[in-house]
Amino acid sequence: MAILADENTRVIVQGITGREAATFTKDMLDYGTNVVAGVTPGKHGQQVHGIPVYDTVRQAVKENPADAAVISVPPALVKGAVLEALNNSIKLLVVVSERVPRKDTIEFLEVAREKNARIIGPNTLGLISPHRLKLGMAGGPVDDVKKAYMPGPVGIASRSGGMTTEIANLLTTSGIGQSTCVGVGGDPVVGSNFLDLIPLYDKDPETKAVVIFCEPGGVIEEKLAESIINENIALPIIAFIAGRFVDTMPGVRFGHAATIVEGDKGTTKGKIAIFKKAGIRVAENFSDIIPLVKEML
Amino acid sequence: MRLLECEAKEILNKYQIVTPSGSAVASVGKLDVKPPLILKAQVPIGGRGKSGGILEASTNKEAKIKIEQLLSTWVRGYKSHKILMEEKLDIDREFFMAITYDTVAKAPLAIFSGEGGVDIEALAEREPEKVNRELFSLRSRLPEYRAREIISETGLSGRLLLGLGNILSRLANIFADYDATLAEINPLALTRDGQLVALDCHLEIDDDALFRHQELAKLAETENRFQSERSMTEFERKAAEIDQLDHRGVAGRVIEFDGSMGLIIGGGGASLTAFDAVQSHGGKPANYCEIGGNPSVLKVKELTRLLLSKPNVQKIAVIMNVVSNTRVDLVARGIVKGILEAGKNPAKTVAAFRVPGAWEEEGFQILSKYGVEFLDRTVSIDDAARIAVEKANTLS
Repeated sequence: MAILADENTRVIVQGITGREAATFTKDMLDYGTNVVAGVTPGKHGQQVHGIPVYDTVRQAVKENPADAAVISVPPALVKGAVLEALNNSIKLLVVVSERVPRKDTIEFLEVAREKNARIIGPNTLGLISPHRLKLGMAGGPVDDVKKAYMPGPVGIASRSGGMTTEIANLLTTSGIGQSTCVGVGGDPVVGSNFLDLIPLYDKDPETKAVVIFCEPGGVIEEKLAESIINENIALPIIAFIAGRFVDTMPGVRFGHAATIVEGDKGTTKGKIAIFKKAGIRVAENFSDIIPLVKEML
Repeated sequence: MRLLECEAKEILNKYQIVTPSGSAVASVGKLDVKPPLILKAQVPIGGRGKSGGILEASTNKEAKIKIEQLLSTWVRGYKSHKILMEEKLDIDREFFMAITYDTVAKAPLAIFSGEGGVDIEALAEREPEKVNRELFSLRSRLPEYRAREIISETGLSGRLLLGLGNILSRLANIFADYDATLAEINPLALTRDGQLVALDCHLEIDDDALFRHQELAKLAETENRFQSERSMTEFERKAAEIDQLDHRGVAGRVIEFDGSMGLIIGGGGASLTAFDAVQSHGGKPANYCEIGGNPSVLKVKELTRLLLSKPNVQKIAVIMNVVSNTRVDLVARGIVKGILEAGKNPAKTVAAFRVPGAWEEEGFQILSKYGVEFLDRTVSIDDAARIAVEKANTLS
């Protein structure tokens, strides 16, 4: 089992004729993802790597029933694309686009909640369940994915897309495989954060431990720790927290939009302290992830 | 983008929220508000009062002296180019109200307190019953009855409740209409003559939404809004120019530090990881940066040359996460070219090159031609950092 999606998940790509989307569509197909259709308004009748393109999601799913959508359109068009997918009963959406206005994200997440749909992103490279499927750009071309990822018992949830692959690579080179690896997205507000994903991993019989990659800024780590303390989640969690030097530079934005320490909120020091209180194992150095994971398996 | 108080107050006025009468002046000229006056430095940061950024004047003469004084004072890292002078009001009591996003609940949040002019987080900790927070729907916004529900939880009633409900509802409209990420009035004052007046206002606008607020986007580009202490260093300015050389990939967010190890690191998460790792192994970074998205050879080359132009930088560490989009060979070529053009020897300058992934064999070939060791994917980011620090100490 994997969380969120598997090899049977039928996928459409919105914005498929864009350069970036066309590239990751090919990579997804090569990896075995069941891509059934693409959508770009005005481009009906074209094909992208053999996948038929439609003007609307409605047309696309009428002829090719689908469960999931990967969305890669310009920031100003993201809200419309997400609402279109939701209105056509798509239940899993991966929003790759970056720089989406926060108000738009909040609005489409409100609608997604009403429709019981799940959104990953915005500003995510996507997700990979090794040997099953990948959604979005995660891992790149199939040869690169195969080098870095292999199936196994460890889940990954990461605030950085690149570091999702880096952690998978670290595990793989140590002979430890992965169940599902999710880049949650680099924005301050994302559809599925650690708090949403950990219970899914906890329920997944295949996942024996989860590695989370954390950055300064925001309070999601603090909230995760509180919920672990209160709800007694049994799944072992190993955390790596990058950007400790950022603590000394409040107000400066690094990397992702969410990576900013405001006053004394969102510091790595605070996150590490509360993780330890909640029994989440914190890797001091990046390589320490391996011994900590091995202890838990 | 944080609006200045005077800019935020203009927006409040558009939404019929009353502010003290006054005007923002860039120099001492004719004063058109009657003393006593409050004079406020217009800088994009809080805590002005405690840092000498807010003064009072009881005569015009005093006001002129103090405006001059404020125009030449640094307030928490900023110097104002404008001073807001306002009538001093006779105040009966103060309130706090704000709209922001709860990033965990993923919904807008209204916060109200019957005590204003305070640090709201501290108050909520000390006396939680005095602060009420409620989530609401962005699509339904905050109609007045909802605003009154939120405010009445703190024990307020009567004519005051109606007035406050009206203002909180309007503040939520400003928040949504202007793509704000924070809209705060603190304090909101009740004057002795029974008026509700916003004494201060903090509006934070989402940078990613500026494309649909042309007037604010223009404001953001205005050069003379204020002066900032933390302006770019010469080194950082040159780095920003390099990132603009072409549109291929990113070689940006360069921040100067005073160490001797030049860093070419990326992407976002890996840069944070690599910087920490270099420091924890005892290295002293000369800079932070983030490269990614397949930057051109030109950008990497120029960034390398820029790092080596710092007199104390003799060694460079190149560390990225396993890349799929960025091509290893292009990074390698840029690094080698930059070092050669700086008149140095790549084998003695690169303390570590750890960029595994797409086109790594081609990258490896380029590096080996110049005697630079290629660290592959079996060497972790933090081992690469350790190797870099060790080599920097022994190579010469």
